[in-house]
Parts: sequence; C-alpha cells; structure tokens
Amino acid sequence: MSTEEIAVKEVPKSERERGKSGEASGRIRFRRWKNRLAHGVFLMATLVGVVVLALLLADIIRKGWSWIDADFFNRFASRIPERAGIKAALWGSLWLISITAPLTFLFGVATAIYLEEYAKKGRLSRFIQLNISNLAGVPSIVYGILGLTLFVRWLAFGQSVLAGALTLTLLVLPIVIVAAQEAIAAVPQSLRQASYAMGATRWQTIQKVVLPYAFPGILTGTILALSRAIGETAPLIMVGAVTFIAFTSGSAFDGFTALPIQIWNWTSQPKAEFHELAAAGIIVLLAVLLSMNALAIYLRNKFQRKV
Amino acid sequence: MITTFAILLTLLFETASFFEEVSIIEFVTGTEWTALFSGDQQKFGVLPLVAGTLLVTAGAAIVAMPIGLASAIYLSEYAPDRVRRVLKPVLEVLAGIPTIVYGFFALTFVTPLLKKWIPNLDTFNALSASIVVGIMIIPLIASLSEDAMMAVPRSIRHAAYALGATKLEVALRVVVPAALSGIVSSFVLALSRAIGETMIVTIAAGSTPVLTFNMLESIQTMTAYMVQAATGDIAYGSIQYKSLYAVGMTLFLFTLAMNLLAQYIARRFKEDY
Repeated sequence: MSTEEIAVKEVPKSERERGKSGEASGRIRFRRWKNRLAHGVFLMATLVGVVVLALLLADIIRKGWSWIDADFFNRFASRIPERAGIKAALWGSLWLISITAPLTFLFGVATAIYLEEYAKKGRLSRFIQLNISNLAGVPSIVYGILGLTLFVRWLAFGQSVLAGALTLTLLVLPIVIVAAQEAIAAVPQSLRQASYAMGATRWQTIQKVVLPYAFPGILTGTILALSRAIGETAPLIMVGAVTFIAFTSGSAFDGFTALPIQIWNWTSQPKAEFHELAAAGIIVLLAVLLSMNALAIYLRNKFQRKV
Repeated sequence: MITTFAILLTLLFETASFFEEVSIIEFVTGTEWTALFSGDQQKFGVLPLVAGTLLVTAGAAIVAMPIGLASAIYLSEYAPDRVRRVLKPVLEVLAGIPTIVYGFFALTFVTPLLKKWIPNLDTFNALSASIVVGIMIIPLIASLSEDAMMAVPRSIRHAAYALGATKLEVALRVVVPAALSGIVSSFVLALSRAIGETMIVTIAAGSTPVLTFNMLESIQTMTAYMVQAATGDIAYGSIQYKSLYAVGMTLFLFTLAMNLLAQYIARRFKEDY
C-alpha cells in the first residue's frame, strides 16, 4: 500500500519537470484527467450496489412496517389481509431448520474430515472435489426436483416437513463441506505432528487437535449455509410446501409452509394489501437472516480468542 | 457425491419416459410450449422456454458485467482501505438477500418505476426481471473478479507505475489482462446462476411461453415453468409431470456446461507468476 502511494505521488513531480517542454504536458494532463474520470466511473458503479440495497430496504420497510405487531406473529394465513399473519410460516421455517441444521453439520464435517485427513490425494479425491464444486453451482430448483423424486415419492415421506428439510440439507451440504474443508486445511501441520509424536492415533488427533482448532470456521460456515437454507423458496415449492395452512406442524410428517413460501404467496396476490403483508414478512425474514449472520460473526470472534 | 448421481439418475429416468411419449426432435426444435393445455392441444417445444431464459440472462449480463467488473476494479485498484472495509460487507449483504426478496422488489418497485418511462410495458415483463437478476449477480462478479485481481502480484503493478503509468492504465493494461481468466470465469459462473435463477423470473417475468426477443413482453423461463407446473395440480406420472423432468434436465445441462466451462477457463488460461 505505502509503496504504491509513493509511486503515485511521484508522477506529478516528474510531470512538472517535463511540463516545461511543452507538448508532453498536454498528453500527460489528458491521461491524468482520464484517470480521474475513470476513478469516478468505477466508484459510481460500486455505489450502484449500495444504492440498490438502500432502495430495497427503504421500499420494503415503507410498505411493510405498519403491518408488524404482536398479532402478525400469532395469526395464520387468511383471505382477509387484516387477519393474516405468519404463525404457520414461522413455525414451518423453525421445523425445517431444526432438522436441517444437525444433519448438514454432521454430514458436512464428516465429509470434510474424510477428504482432508483420510482420503489419498489422487484421481478419486480430485474427482470428488470437482463434483462438490459443481454441486454448489446446480440451480436450487433442480434440487427441488431431486427432493420431489427421492423423498416425496421413493421414500414416501409425502409433502412433509421432513422431505423439505432433507432437500434443503442436500442443497446446502456442498457449502458446508467446502467451508469445513477450508477450516480443517488451515490447521497448522505442526500441531498434527506434535500430536502424532505423543503417540496419538489419527482419530485422536482429529478429535482432540484438529476439530477444536477448526471449530470456529466450521461453525461460521454452517450458520451462513443455514441462512441460505432459510431464504430458499424454489426447492420447497417443488417439494410441495402448501401456501395456505392454518395449523402449526405437529410432527415431521405433516404438511408445512415456510416464510419464503408465505411471502411468495402474498406477492402473487393482486391486492396491494397483500403486497404490504409480503413486505412485512420480508422484514421478519431479513431480521432472522441478519441476526444469524451476526451470530456467526460473534461466535467466530469468541472462539478465535480462545484458541 | 451420491447427490450428483441421484440428480442425474432421477432426471435421466423420468426424462427418458418423457421422450417415450414426445419425440426428442419435437422437444428440441418445437417452437410452441403448451404443456399445461389439455389433450390434443399440448405441444412440447422447449425453444420458447429456452429463449425466455436466455433473454433474461442476456439482459442480466448487460446490467451486471460492466457494473460488476467496474466495482471489482474500484475495490482492488482504487479504493482506500477504509472505504473497502465498508463496501465489501455491503456487497456481501446484497449477495445474501434471498431471491424471493429480489422478486418482490422487481414486481412492486422496479416494474412500476419502469412503467413511468415505458407506458406500454406489460405488468409482467422480461426487462424488469433481467435488471433485478443482473443486480443479484453483481456481487458474485465483483467479489470473484476482485479476488482474481488481488492475486496479480504487486511487483507487476509497481513496474508499470515506475514507467509513469496512471492508475487507470495500470488497471486496464496490466491488472485486467493478467486476471482475465479469473474475470471471464466469474462472468460465466454468474451467468449460470442467472440461468438457474427461479423466484425473480417466476414473480416478475410472467408465465407466457412465447418465442420473442421483446424485453417489454411477458415471457416464461424454464425455471418459471417448473414452478408453475409444480404448483398447479398435475397428476403423478402424467405427461406434464414428466415434462417437469425434461425441462429440469435441460436446465441442469445448461448450468453444468457453464460451470465446467468456467472451471476450464480458470485453469487453462491462468497466468502463473
């Protein structure tokens, strides 16, 4: 950084010296003017993102804020906007996450440990790696089709919370695996060797040395992946989440709805009041997501200090 | 690992049984898609859906590629550390917003706004969907391209500065060419994301599968058809049910090809220092 600044500051000095020879200074001035112009253009482009984010939040809060009160959380969906609420949707989302979270964590960490600590670095592990990164790029709706076939039809879970949660698990698993792999790969080799030198087995080393060290990274990755799962709509539609539901799911085999599904349903109604309800639902959804991200950052900082 | 095979198998299995009833030539070359009609009026030509998808993707590319690349250049070459520390999290928040929220934004904010300038705009139209899809993929392009630019060694930049180059000249003639493989692969990845994007186009782009390149009309993408079919009541095992898999297969092949292409570009044309 500092060297670069020096390099930039040097330019005007040499320019002043050469400026006396007439013709060159015009060209240099033009080049420097172009640079300043480009600086402005690039900054504006970057600010597009900021402006859009501000507009989006302002628009949603303006439309939805007045609809949020205690009753909004305590009422079920309704044909009459004034009586509609998100109770079923909120419970549905909680159900989904409480099934998805442990599953993704277990499978994700297990796969990452296998790939980083046990698998031989050869053709097969390269192939698996390529596979995982491709899975992360598959559109979520395709996972929806997979869930529809695998869980709803073949395993006959029906259009249930369980089928939805398992589909979401498959969807975010690649993200968790990659995050956990990075965290495990970042554990210094010397720590592992120290443990082996004490006569520890491979599993003991993983359990007592590698995992505690990598834990903050894994946790952060998992929480971020779950916040993606909460916001997903398309796969749940494919699996068959119901949009109009007036009860909270009692077991994992009940039908369900979820926050994004409810928002989608309200958005596709023509009446303006429903759009405002959708905005209110979005505020709740974004609040949940933001607090999850904040939690991820908090946990990371807390654990990092200990290690 | 198993997931990939499961995806491939389920798609292949059901797609195969779809093609037992509809010839593959009709599917690939047909220009009419009326799968949800009844009886004889059904036509299964996937081209309108593909065209709709590509139309939205192209629009998104026009919005996102220049803005994403310019943001990346700004963040990696111009931005002071303090500004970077504010802007990066904003882009991350933008990337973390669920697509359903973008869809709502497209329908209830962008479309009415555009209608003020373009009065004959349909309520559901490809234009507003593609603008918002573009906005959605900006953070992806910006952060991946920025990573590629940051990986260009300082020493090369310093060499250019020592020759008296301005920041702009360093950025455009040194850094961007050196990071080109990463930048192009970020474009391809982002476009593949745009192709697979579902909720924005379902909400804002409409559900009329027509073969058109008019951005102002209502269209239907592959993903939007899948949502429409899955929410309507179609019987398990019916031809419409199977068409879901055929379209899903097409979509999967598109995105898989683009992801592989992105990885190939990133590896094959990588400049090593």
